Amino acid sequence: MSLLIPQAGDIPLPDPGPISAPYWQGCREGVLRYQRCLDCGAPTHTPALMCAACASMSLEWVDSSGRGEIYSWTRVWRPVTPAFITPYVPIIVTLEEGWSILSNLVGCEDDSVAIGQLVEVEFHHSGGPDDIWLPYFHPRSP
Amino acid sequence: MGHPFRDVAIVGVFNTKQARVLEGYDSQSIALEAALGAIADAGLEPRDVDGVVGGIASNFLYQSRIGPAWRSMSPLGIPAVIEGAMAIACGLANTVLIATGEAGSYRQHASTAPWTRPTNEFVAAYGMFTAAEFALMARRHMHMYGTTPESMAHVAATIRNNGHVNPQAVYSGRGPFTADDVLNSRMVADPFHLLDCAMTSEGGTALVLTHADRAGDLAKAPVHLLGGGTDHYGPSYQHPPVWDLGGVRRPDLIAGHVGRRAAEEAFASAGLGPSDVDVCEFYDPFSFELIRQFEAYGFCAEGEGGDYVMSGVIEPGGRHPITTDGGTMSFSHGGASVQLFQRVIRGVQQLRGECVSSQVANAEVAMCTGGGAGALFTDVLLLGKDRP
Ligand SMILES: [Zn+2]
Repeated sequence: MSLLIPQAGDIPLPDPGPISAPYWQGCREGVLRYQRCLDCGAPTHTPALMCAACASMSLEWVDSSGRGEIYSWTRVWRPVTPAFITPYVPIIVTLEEGWSILSNLVGCEDDSVAIGQLVEVEFHHSGGPDDIWLPYFHPRSP
Repeated sequence: MGHPFRDVAIVGVFNTKQARVLEGYDSQSIALEAALGAIADAGLEPRDVDGVVGGIASNFLYQSRIGPAWRSMSPLGIPAVIEGAMAIACGLANTVLIATGEAGSYRQHASTAPWTRPTNEFVAAYGMFTAAEFALMARRHMHMYGTTPESMAHVAATIRNNGHVNPQAVYSGRGPFTADDVLNSRMVADPFHLLDCAMTSEGGTALVLTHADRAGDLAKAPVHLLGGGTDHYGPSYQHPPVWDLGGVRRPDLIAGHVGRRAAEEAFASAGLGPSDVDVCEFYDPFSFELIRQFEAYGFCAEGEGGDYVMSGVIEPGGRHPITTDGGTMSFSHGGASVQLFQRVIRGVQQLRGECVSSQVANAEVAMCTGGGAGALFTDVLLLGKDRP
């Protein structure tokens, strides 16, 4: 059993592009953002030029509540590179607004993870040339 | 209109030696050895080839001076075979060589293999690689249907035992394995233990397709393409691998069932169904993927794949024996694309009746696959002994 914490080593960091820059700027400001279609209202993630539901090119950036629940999880013991401390717990979170994000679970013991667990976003300063703040998720109460 | 692949036959197949490390080879040289092996297996000469597909294509054209010739760089297993077959069916080429190989690209094992961890903005920082991607799919299935690690371990043990008795497998003689051996191996990405996962190795592989009218005069009995299809949802390992990911065109076909449409189309053009398949040369990146494929292709109902693989059908002598050379778990996983062709190679060898281990008696139809849900694609090819 070990407490899950954000990775602190020399892990590969995002290299934001013009489409994703608003997402990473939101993370710097402590806000999880996603794109919403101005025509049909559907959410889209990962950052895109086109609505995933109706192909509209009219997307707006909006703030997520940052709250959701675990859709699926795994616990990794063989790290992808030696920079990652194990175990770490990749999760897919379904946000309250109905979109999915890939992240890691932190702030709890590694053997307490379950599908349906309620979680909330937090941001960890990873730095790098683009001053990245990575979104992680920790358990929350209803 | 007749069958799209009526005029096409697979007439040559070849695997080079496969090993954890192939000293003295690079990717081009091992692919060249595979190419010449497949051409010889067909009873042909390099000059008989007038079309080339795959990673070796450009180099082979120059080295063998067989240009001018038709060329495609398509690298990905079954889609490359279908593309070669289309070239013949359309009259763009008469005899197509498909060859690839990999050696020397992954020998420092501190990190997972490079093909398991493509760089991506929304994935890489979370420590993702193939085992974790596929585990997220498997975990969702366990949650929905109660699928057990024991059923996955039974799949892995079955495939690894096929490799154990195959003298050509990288892990020949390493077994036999029980499901408990799999469950007791160290955890990689929950629910996958080390022995639930593919290995890494080096090797080359190749096949030769030609016009069916010519195939009867060659060295070995021709094998025919009864049907094929490819299902893709997007780039692998760049977006969350969500089981329920659907599409606007066919919302009923979710990513968890990827390969269903391809299989339905392949069965329809073959005039066959799952019960007609004698050999299931299913791609085996992770044990759970076999359970998923039996559901996706209609061998059993959704959620019943775990019980299905435990019912005696997948072992040698069962009705639908799987991955009979040991697959990527025991035979070989020769890099980014080599192993994606090797289910087709094995399917051809089964229908010819020339396998040195785990030969399925009187096999008439082989179903060969590639990909998997964690990678958001699955390709299907149905092979048979009779011209469609
Ligand atoms: Zn829309």
